[in-house]
Amino acid sequence: MAEPDIEVLTTQLLKGDRRAAAKLITIVENDPDAVKRVISRIYKNTGKAQIVGITGPPGSGKSTLINQLASYLRQKGRTVGIIAVDASSPFGGGAFLGDRIRMKDITTDKGIFIRSMATRGCKGGIARATGDAIKILDALGYDIILVETAGAGEAEVDIMNASHTTIVITVPGLGDDIQANKAGMMEIADLFVVNKADREGADIVVYEIESMFRFTDKRGWKPPVLKTAVIEAIGISELAERIDEHFNYLKENDLIGERLKRRVEMEIANIAKEVMVRELEEIRKSEAYKKLIEEIIEKKTDPHSAADEIMMMVKARYIEK
Amino acid sequence: MGEKNIRILMAKPGLDGHDRGIKVVSRALRDAGMEVIYMGLHQTPEQIVEAAIQEDVDALGLSILSGAHIILFPKIMELLKENRVDIIVFAGGIIPDEDVPALKNINIAEIFGPGTNTEDIVKFVKEKVAK
Repeated sequence: MAEPDIEVLTTQLLKGDRRAAAKLITIVENDPDAVKRVISRIYKNTGKAQIVGITGPPGSGKSTLINQLASYLRQKGRTVGIIAVDASSPFGGGAFLGDRIRMKDITTDKGIFIRSMATRGCKGGIARATGDAIKILDALGYDIILVETAGAGEAEVDIMNASHTTIVITVPGLGDDIQANKAGMMEIADLFVVNKADREGADIVVYEIESMFRFTDKRGWKPPVLKTAVIEAIGISELAERIDEHFNYLKENDLIGERLKRRVEMEIANIAKEVMVRELEEIRKSEAYKKLIEEIIEKKTDPHSAADEIMMMVKARYIEK
Repeated sequence: MGEKNIRILMAKPGLDGHDRGIKVVSRALRDAGMEVIYMGLHQTPEQIVEAAIQEDVDALGLSILSGAHIILFPKIMELLKENRVDIIVFAGGIIPDEDVPALKNINIAEIFGPGTNTEDIVKFVKEKVAK
């Protein structure tokens, strides 16, 4: 996309134009070369929104919970941005983004913006562009941004670094207390939600999660375990209160800055890695690369020395740009 | 990378509850590599158009079996125009042949009736979006 378009769109975005936000999210999703031009123009206007990540297994009620939570937050007068991530197919690359089905109550409220997003090959539960989409909705001026990950199991923990508060949602009937002790997702929660709590076994799940924390001497924030039945909107107001309580805890203990630092540290490393990989992929298509392969086979050079040469080519390409 | 993923919104306006067809088509589009945002049943024209704006889709697929297409489709097309959303719109479901010209007249690009091969729909969307 042409440069002036980005300039116009970012100016409109900062004036609160929702259509501009939608177009810019498309750009950061599709055009790795344009991302920098978008984000560099709006970055100063980010950092105001409260960001809440919601993760958990497929069917645990993440979208329905967001529907209820967003309705509740709207009643309290807050504007809500929602980014709902679902998985891309590892085969055809397509995706079935079905989170909107559960969000029917809130789809025409102008104080709410919902964007569905496919993971496009990312394995961490969110997409490469999710962080940039958060920044765009933040710059648009939304008070709170809810990020729903793709249905996740144990290892998809990227959301932790994208949000202030991470909610891990689970349901009764998935497994025994061993699951509560597994590393990964159970460790990233600032808040646990046991949803479908009207079903048998909910209290046991609550007990198992709470027991897990008896072994960790964590002064400071102890993740509360809440029970909800989101279809009936049970437990939503308490959840909203606890989210703010956690956010205030971060503020009072100067932890917002610490989380931001952690996020930025990860982010720049990831961006730099992407840039290098992109240049490398271009080099792999070149004649020089093919020539190096021949030279290695003829034993004129070796793979490690060739890799050094390739790194020099990456550098040269980047400087040229 | 570099190649833009086609994003497509699939919705059922109005009150009928027959969603087998739209699910089959959505799945075919997904398998063809597109990102399908599935809105599900009972959507108002306002909900559909608002979603098309927020999701910044390339195309909109509408399924209707209730007979209300003659009321609802023009309303959706009007709202799209009002909001300057310039996308491909196609439809499917139970739509009598005699209604098709009127719908094409309001810029619905194609109507796919029962028995359509999903490959034809995939091909149609890919060609139209590429233009």
